Amino acid sequence: MIAQTDIGRQSGSGPASPGAGLRLSGLARAIAGRRILDGIDVTFEAGALSVILGPSGCGKSTLLRLIAGLDAPDGGTIHLGARDLAPLPPAARDIAMVFQSYALFPHLTMAENILFGLSLRRVARVDQARRLARVVEMLGLGGLEARKPAQLSGGQQQRVALARALISERPICLMDEPLSNLDAKLRAEMRSEIRALQQRLGLTMIYVTHDQVEAMTMADKIVLMNEGRIEQEGAPEAIYAAPASRFAARFIGMPPMNLIPGAALGLTGHDAGRLIGLRAEDGRIDPQGLAAPIVAHEFHGADLFVTIRLAETPVMLRLPARTGLPADGILRLGWDAGALHRFDPVTGRRLTEP
Amino acid sequence: MRRQTLTAWALLLPAACLLVVFTHGPVLRTVLATFYTTPHGRLPAKFAGFDNYAHLIADPIFWQALRNNLLYAGLTIPASMGLALVMALLVNGRMRGRGFLRMAFFTPTVLPLIAVANIWIFFYQPGFGLIDQIRGLFGLGATNLLGQGDSALYAVAAVAVWKEAGFFMIFYLAALQAIPQSLIEAARLEGANALQIFRRVIWPLLTPTTLFVAVNAVVNAFRLVDHIYQMTGGGPNNATALLFYYLYQVGFQFWDTAYAATLTTVLVVVLGLVSVGQFLFLDRKVHYQ
Repeated sequence: MIAQTDIGRQSGSGPASPGAGLRLSGLARAIAGRRILDGIDVTFEAGALSVILGPSGCGKSTLLRLIAGLDAPDGGTIHLGARDLAPLPPAARDIAMVFQSYALFPHLTMAENILFGLSLRRVARVDQARRLARVVEMLGLGGLEARKPAQLSGGQQQRVALARALISERPICLMDEPLSNLDAKLRAEMRSEIRALQQRLGLTMIYVTHDQVEAMTMADKIVLMNEGRIEQEGAPEAIYAAPASRFAARFIGMPPMNLIPGAALGLTGHDAGRLIGLRAEDGRIDPQGLAAPIVAHEFHGADLFVTIRLAETPVMLRLPARTGLPADGILRLGWDAGALHRFDPVTGRRLTEP
Repeated sequence: MRRQTLTAWALLLPAACLLVVFTHGPVLRTVLATFYTTPHGRLPAKFAGFDNYAHLIADPIFWQALRNNLLYAGLTIPASMGLALVMALLVNGRMRGRGFLRMAFFTPTVLPLIAVANIWIFFYQPGFGLIDQIRGLFGLGATNLLGQGDSALYAVAAVAVWKEAGFFMIFYLAALQAIPQSLIEAARLEGANALQIFRRVIWPLLTPTTLFVAVNAVVNAFRLVDHIYQMTGGGPNNATALLFYYLYQVGFQFWDTAYAATLTTVLVVVLGLVSVGQFLFLDRKVHYQ
């Protein structure tokens, strides 16, 4: 007990430099014979905010728990820089984590919650006070030090959880759906705040969410997951511009990309049998275009979301609201040839031209 | 306004009647009886002032029963609560045979105390009881734990611990299962070892349960005497006389009802004070969710 080692310092002698990225290779995990993660290979660059995005049950939280060391993988490795993290307990991995439920200790005050780790590691009181003052100021939590979590609002609890992760000054911060318990307005605020903090502190942040808006607005890199595999990874712009699969096409972007059988768009040759992707904003009204009946429309201020039907396939378009709708209820759809995405109708993978 | 008050009283009346007849009335009569002598045959009760209380203060068996009871409480309360917590922690973890262990720990609670006492009488039987048979294996001689003044109280205390620990375990187990796993994980991420997790996270979150169990344990230490009746009858030489058992003897074996009422009153007042003290003292340390 007395000979408790200072984990922070211990790892400080090793390669705890913020320049180290986190590399996963062949990471696998099965629970009760069911494959949750199936050979994950990915690198999270140092100093970047990487978002692991995917629908619920895709294995993204499991992946985060493996990185944190809360669960052990059934195969594969995790390296921080040159250091293998596999044999290390969670506390020795130089990783901080914010839980979805915040995991604040209900019997401790806000200050005690934030200082929990430092007091365990017997950091000097003066340093504790200095670091506490810093994160409290950074997150605008001043004056709430003596409150118990039950006396804090959801947004404040979220900040305390974030402060507890930041005060450890560990270079990597994991976040497991940190905003999912907040209301929409607060979520938008916290999104930009977390992003700003991450950039200011140069943190390597790995952020798990199922909300593609969060991923698009915050990420340097999105790692899109589906059914235990990585579907696609890349910058938000790159994934949006060239989704690698039908799943990526539907998951990224609001509204999702329209996927239309080539024949229904009047395409010929190879394209007739392919699945053609068309973003809502890439369709336009064209007097020479393909005639299609309007099924529904929604007014969104600047935009009008119009649903038309092309040979039984509903297609959503995003048109400038000022243009208005054709009086006869028939929309003539046109598009640029370069705006089309092509997918294999069987495998769902993206096909390169043409 | 007046009508409303009348209606309210009318609605309260049935419950009030039951309470008065079966609870408050007897309490009042008991307290009143302490100021009278015990009626004998054609001799009616006479007002006796504080004579019964004076008798109590002068009664050496009362003081011995009180001493016995304090020692008995001091032994059984911490032992049964500690054992309950250890058992709860044990069967809360992931382990093989957990269901069987939980059932085994809880079984003594389901048994009537009289039955438990009979089982233990067999354990303690001089010469051929379980304990002496085990001692025999190691070449040790026979014992008479229940029959000797210096060991009898410990022997009956062991029975109470065995009987009560499983019951308290259930409360601790329920409380342990209500602690979110993420709190333990957060502590692990911060570098807490198992002992630190227990001391700094689990134990504080168990305090409401501990208070509840402690109040129950105190009350039971003064209230449960069935095994005394069955095993020792308060003997040998009053070595296992507990307050409540002595009260029973005075009231229903010696038929000195006035003195029994006095003992009852004193016992209730003492227990009440202890419970209030417990709440006042512990409440500040307890964390409620």
